[in-house]
Amino acid sequence: MPTVLATRAALAAAALLYAGAARAGDSHDLYFGEALYHAYQEHWFEALERLDSEVAQHFRVDEPGLDSLAPFIATAEFDVGDFELRYRMHQRAGRAITAVLEADVPDPVRNDAAFRLARLDFQKGQPQDALDALARIHGEVPEAIRDDVEFLRANAQLALGRPEQAVALLEQLRGSETLGPFSAYNLGIALLQEERTEDALRQLDRAGQVEALDEPARAIRDKSNLVLGTLLFEASHFGPAQQSLDRVRLDGPFSNQALLRAGWADAAAQNFARAVVPWSLLAKRDATDAAVQEALLALPYAYSHLDVHGRAALLYGDAVATLGTQLQRVDASIASVRKGAFLEALVREEIRQDEEWVIRLRSLPDAPETFYLATLMASHDFQTALQNYLDLEDMRRRLGRWLASLDAFEDAIRLRRAHYAPLLPEIDAEFRRLDARMRLRLEQRERLRERLNDLLTTPRPEHLATTDEQELGAWIESAEERLGEASDPQNETLRRRVARLRGLLSFALETNYQERLTQAHAHLAALEGDVARLQARHEAFVRTRQAATHSYVGYDETIAGLRSRASAALERLSSLMTRQGEVLERVAIAELESRRERIATSLSQARFAFADSYDRAAKAQAH
Amino acid sequence: MAAIVGASRRARTGAALATLVSLFAAPAVLAGDDAKREMRGLDEQVQEVKSEVLSIATELDRLEERLLYPSNTQVAVFVSLASREPFRLDSVQIQIDGEPVARHVYSFKELEALQKGGVQRIYTGNVATGEHQIEVSFAGVTASGADFSGSQSFGFSKGAPPKLLEVSLGGASGEASIQLGGG
Repeated sequence: MPTVLATRAALAAAALLYAGAARAGDSHDLYFGEALYHAYQEHWFEALERLDSEVAQHFRVDEPGLDSLAPFIATAEFDVGDFELRYRMHQRAGRAITAVLEADVPDPVRNDAAFRLARLDFQKGQPQDALDALARIHGEVPEAIRDDVEFLRANAQLALGRPEQAVALLEQLRGSETLGPFSAYNLGIALLQEERTEDALRQLDRAGQVEALDEPARAIRDKSNLVLGTLLFEASHFGPAQQSLDRVRLDGPFSNQALLRAGWADAAAQNFARAVVPWSLLAKRDATDAAVQEALLALPYAYSHLDVHGRAALLYGDAVATLGTQLQRVDASIASVRKGAFLEALVREEIRQDEEWVIRLRSLPDAPETFYLATLMASHDFQTALQNYLDLEDMRRRLGRWLASLDAFEDAIRLRRAHYAPLLPEIDAEFRRLDARMRLRLEQRERLRERLNDLLTTPRPEHLATTDEQELGAWIESAEERLGEASDPQNETLRRRVARLRGLLSFALETNYQERLTQAHAHLAALEGDVARLQARHEAFVRTRQAATHSYVGYDETIAGLRSRASAALERLSSLMTRQGEVLERVAIAELESRRERIATSLSQARFAFADSYDRAAKAQAH
Repeated sequence: MAAIVGASRRARTGAALATLVSLFAAPAVLAGDDAKREMRGLDEQVQEVKSEVLSIATELDRLEERLLYPSNTQVAVFVSLASREPFRLDSVQIQIDGEPVARHVYSFKELEALQKGGVQRIYTGNVATGEHQIEVSFAGVTASGADFSGSQSFGFSKGAPPKLLEVSLGGASGEASIQLGGG
């Protein structure tokens, strides 16, 4: 069941992530899109790093509502939780999802969050918490998760030992397109828990014949048939057991178990000739599989019941040889794990290119320690521990690279300081001189603008006089002073001439005033353009000047802090890795020793049976 | 082996369930509570370390950006697909002001990530404030298997804030199309 749930959970999560992508694509939030680019490649660390930064940045800006992430912040926060879940950070994922759940969000978003939280609780082995989270679902539920919600609710009830509630829920999922084969199987198990054995058998029979469109569905159908066959076998209904086991595909994941049990069903019905068929097939398969090893003994056992003692003796002989080889391999595996080869094999990069790496790990030609760990590797806890070990190794490499980067950053800063520090004082002094001149000119420009604005309301033609006119005006004033008030005729003549000149000057100023005012404004506008360019150059210089300082000042504390944190994390991580590795090795060795014990027992049985069959064959020949 | 046959005589639900457990449960060695507890305890500590390492990564990113790509000179180029078009993007090449700055050949997973709506940051660098040229070239294969390629130049203006350019590629009908966002 955990396998089924994990598969369903993964499918549901994938569907949600892809929906998020479409929304992000429309938003053109490039950094969100970048996070998704990593997520789609299952680079969870990079995806989280990118999206964490982007969400944090969104809340740091002055007006988050104008940020390009604003329309999608709920989705982004949701995806942070999702990525954390994928990166096996359940604690943080739970917090992130709870935050969405408690925010003011539309029903479908809140219900989606409640479902994810429930799934997380269920994966952590807390079915009651999962049910509590599911109880928060109300209003519109996204169609993509509607069946998953009920399926999870049923499984939580089942885990809490309430099969009757689970049965009621699972019966409603009979028609589910996506969950049909899974709910059919789980319904059978729920009925068994409810001790409705006859109903359970009928249900498993149905589950074993449902239409299965993909490999996970076909696998669960096989499992239904295997469980049904086993139950019928246990109940001594060998014929129906045989029929059910025959429905298990020969190339599926439950094929070996089904062949083994099919043989036993025949044997139990005293039909040893038929038992030979599945066992012969099974005995030729991979000898590291426990079912195959059992078939190596079961096959000659069937022949001995058919009184074909010669053949039985030969097959027991083969079993002794094969099991002997397997015993040596297990011993080699145990020794190899003890030498640390298992952990070395785990961190080999070439085997971790895709999600099938655990499967391929078992077939590594130079890693014998992995041959016997198939069952172990299929367990959730061991896989989590393996993944954690790999994640720790990945982080160890990253931290090593980052510490080297910090050294390089410090080197760059040192070179920049050596370059800029001697140059900047002289540049600053020159800049201050130029800056003072610029400010003076800007003040002049400001005064001119004010005066021109005044002229619009209070015309003052003399303010727009040319230099010649100003000189002429000054001369007229001076002449008028010199002539004074004397009334002799000569002075009177001169005064009239000066007065005419003033009149001419005033006429020229008055008549040209409007044109000159227009020109003055045009010149001011041109000056504004020059000033804007000057200010742009000034600002660019200030930015460049600041950048020069910022290129080497103010990093020491940050770098020292980061180095200290990275070193501390590396130390903690190394210690954790050692402990994680030790646990993995210990569990692997315990599993191998358990397998060794079983093989040794089988080998002993095979030797005894070989001798016995040999004697019987010899006696038969003598007669 | 005989024991299995013998056990089959007890056709009771309890026995049946016990068989199911033995069939599908985790390996016996892992069933031990101690090993599970230890693994889960370690798992929690691993999660704490992940959290700390992610936080270091974020701060390191900020430091790197300040130090290597200050905002007044920073330019970043992103690549996306115009729509979920069924064409295979093989490679992209970017030149800025005539200088090749990035070239990328796509793996299957990367292409799939783009097709699902992901956006790839293909280049981060520095340019001076002012006017610049970006030239984008790409090659791919259409749904019908025909090779095609395209190249186009765009002008863009770099100001004081970081410059983000989005190169959007299309080619479903066999005709290369390149659009620049943020220019």
